[in-house]
Amino acid sequence: MKRETLRFEELELRQHQAVPRFSPNFALDRRDFVKLLGGGILVCLCAPELRAQESGAAHADDTVPQTIDAWLHIGEDGAITVYTGKVEMGQNIRTSLSQQVAEELSVPIASISLVMGDTAQTPFDRGTFGSRTTPYMGPQLRRVAASARELLLDRAAERWQVERSKLVIADGKITNLNTHDGLYYGELCRGLQLVKLVSPDMPLKPANDWHIAGASAPKVDGRDFVTGRHQYTSDIVRPGMVYGKVLRPAGFKAKLASVDTSAIARDPNLTVVRDGDFVGVVAPSEAAAKRALGLLQAKWSVPPHPSEHELFGYLRKNSKADDDARHVTGSIERVYTSAVKTVAATYTVAYIAHTPLEPRAAVAEWAGDNLTVWTGTQRPFAVKKELTQAFHMPAAKVRVMVPDTGSAYGGKHTGETAIEAARLAKAAGKPVKVAWTREEEFTWAYFRPAGVIDVKGGVGSDGVIVAWEFDNYNSGPAAMGTPYAVANQRIQFHEADSPLRQGSYRGLAATANHFARESFMDELALAVNMEPLDFRLRNIRDPRLRAVFETAAQKFGWGSRKSSASRGFGIAGGVEKGGYTAVCAEVTINQSDMQIRKVTAAWESGAVINPNGLRNQVSGSIAMALGGALFEAIHFDGGRILNPRLADYRVPRFSDMPQIEVEILDRKDLPSAGAGETAIVGLAPAVANAIFAATGLRIRNLPMVPNGLPKRPSDGQTS
Amino acid sequence: MPISLLVNGAARRVNVAPGETLLSVLREKLNLTGTKYGCGEGQCGACTVLVNGKPARSCRTSIGSVANKKITTIEGLQQGESLHPVQEAFLREEAFQCGYCTSGMIISAVALLADNPHPSEQEIVRYMNGNVCRCGTYARIISAIQQAAGRESALL
Repeated sequence: MKRETLRFEELELRQHQAVPRFSPNFALDRRDFVKLLGGGILVCLCAPELRAQESGAAHADDTVPQTIDAWLHIGEDGAITVYTGKVEMGQNIRTSLSQQVAEELSVPIASISLVMGDTAQTPFDRGTFGSRTTPYMGPQLRRVAASARELLLDRAAERWQVERSKLVIADGKITNLNTHDGLYYGELCRGLQLVKLVSPDMPLKPANDWHIAGASAPKVDGRDFVTGRHQYTSDIVRPGMVYGKVLRPAGFKAKLASVDTSAIARDPNLTVVRDGDFVGVVAPSEAAAKRALGLLQAKWSVPPHPSEHELFGYLRKNSKADDDARHVTGSIERVYTSAVKTVAATYTVAYIAHTPLEPRAAVAEWAGDNLTVWTGTQRPFAVKKELTQAFHMPAAKVRVMVPDTGSAYGGKHTGETAIEAARLAKAAGKPVKVAWTREEEFTWAYFRPAGVIDVKGGVGSDGVIVAWEFDNYNSGPAAMGTPYAVANQRIQFHEADSPLRQGSYRGLAATANHFARESFMDELALAVNMEPLDFRLRNIRDPRLRAVFETAAQKFGWGSRKSSASRGFGIAGGVEKGGYTAVCAEVTINQSDMQIRKVTAAWESGAVINPNGLRNQVSGSIAMALGGALFEAIHFDGGRILNPRLADYRVPRFSDMPQIEVEILDRKDLPSAGAGETAIVGLAPAVANAIFAATGLRIRNLPMVPNGLPKRPSDGQTS
Repeated sequence: MPISLLVNGAARRVNVAPGETLLSVLREKLNLTGTKYGCGEGQCGACTVLVNGKPARSCRTSIGSVANKKITTIEGLQQGESLHPVQEAFLREEAFQCGYCTSGMIISAVALLADNPHPSEQEIVRYMNGNVCRCGTYARIISAIQQAAGRESALL
């Protein structure tokens, strides 16, 4: 299974990469960045890491990185600077990574400053996605910090001519036990210009010995978020900066037939740019840019486009079942004969929008032929590449910086605003800010893939699943494999031609695949007359999965109350990206009204680094999950989005929140896994199962209740 | 055209274009960027400021309508180095993740407590329902408001 799991991971990565880029063909040119660091100690990486993404090494499809692979610097003043290409967008890694560096270096968290997502300063990084920061960047920075610590100990031992065993290290200071002399790190670094290479097998402190990591730490720079002082991309102002707006096509894949700019062409305060299908204006204020845009007369030719009502048939029809997207074990056809019950069902999920509260934005500034762009993206190096391609310029002349961002949830992998701002800034000869409106964000960003999932399964008389078939059309391969022990399986991802631009989303297809699988587990349990939790436990061999199910059930009081027509209980769970979760849900039903009353989630992702931050991520994931589970859906027709406004696209609010309980299992004996995504997967199937338990109504589509519960046969008698 | 504004206790005179919103003037002319654009529809609450002590969606407020009125933004809550009790409670509870909704949440909460110093949980939910936290930090925001409500100085 291991190989197949990896293969699905590659497929998933392909899906991450496959977000269609807008690639306007602009024209530009070169110079070099100079990187200056003061004296002190600089820790670099010597050997390529196991995974190219976080190593700083170039990946096959990327150009040679221009950055120095420098990860940590301790200055002569003792200032500790850590460099990582990862970005902060609310998942709180600025804090958790600082904690881990502080742990290995034995310094206060506040003494560390993290430079994140700056292509001129940080090592190459493929992007902040896939819950990879904690399992890969965390240990990497810990190794780097541990290397620095060892170097400092060596220097101190040499300076005092004393054995290293006579030295203790605490609070940024090394003390000689013989003499009680002490030296701060800065003092040890004075006059040095040392470059230390990290040894890949540098031993790390085990989680059981952690003091700084493993304990809740307040969010780094937290005060700036409650005072409004933190500058997101959209808040950045550069000297002489002006505002840009881009003319949007009348529909998807539309071609510009003609545009009449005469109404604004002579206004000296405005710059108008037409470059192929790209039309934009620059003005002294955003309001003026918007007004100017409204005066343009454009004609577009809009090609025919599939509409929402034919979506699922379209996806099936326009798909392919590649061999490398299939996992087979045992023999499916033969075993159905040994099953006492065989069940099949089809599930669907809609396109949904990430709706990050900060819409895409960028500020671009040219200095000669060097370009600097500030933008809230999850992939600064990929955006840099988009810019070098759009402007035909060498990588060394482009710098992308990512201010801590107003959330992304997988929705900000691309560089649309970066390219737009850079093109307009080039024309205007001034720095330009482009900040998308909510409507632009809803229309011209990309969506979580819609999909169709067919599941078929057979169960033996002992309640053991003997056959399992799973076909996912378009929604994605993440968590497509079943975590239950099933001898005979056929699992297939069908890559499809998506009518809408689609890409990553928090947890990606793990939500859709868990919705289908965990709903279907209840359908199978029902077929063989087993209690849903018992049925799952019968088929679980992974003790970590068993532990989260048992924990959630125990905490929730699963089984202590029976579902009735007005109250239902449901359970679901799974594993993805090293995170294990199980969720129990309680819903109440009153005719077509369904309310989620209580959600109890158990979560386990190895050794916990920041319990308070983790809790925030897990309960936030559940709150977000609620939208996609119950009511979020993008509607489209004729190449247009029909509900590109917050008034028409419902996101979870205060009044939608059930009571959410989170029980965290801290496994200090296991490596830490990422926790920003997988906690999103359990809610939808748990609620679907609870609705079924109360009403006998099996809802197989997400969102489940955009307009309340569907009518049931029994409704006719009472209403 | 020139217009007189009273922002965070200071008289400001700015040149505005007709049709400009309070939000764009705060952000672009007065460099008060703590107030955020979230939707431009008055649906998310990220742009909430106080106008004469009452919460207003600055993205839907024409600049002409607030001339000479008392405007308070997130930057105006702090007294010197001391945070407003609501800010303090949000920080203590860590009632945010990405933080983009936080200014609007805090301003709305300040308005709520001015109106109703000891709101029930239900009253908080009803009052705050126009503010979206896309990261889903709602439960912590409610406890932060409850904490702040316990402090007399929560009133502006």
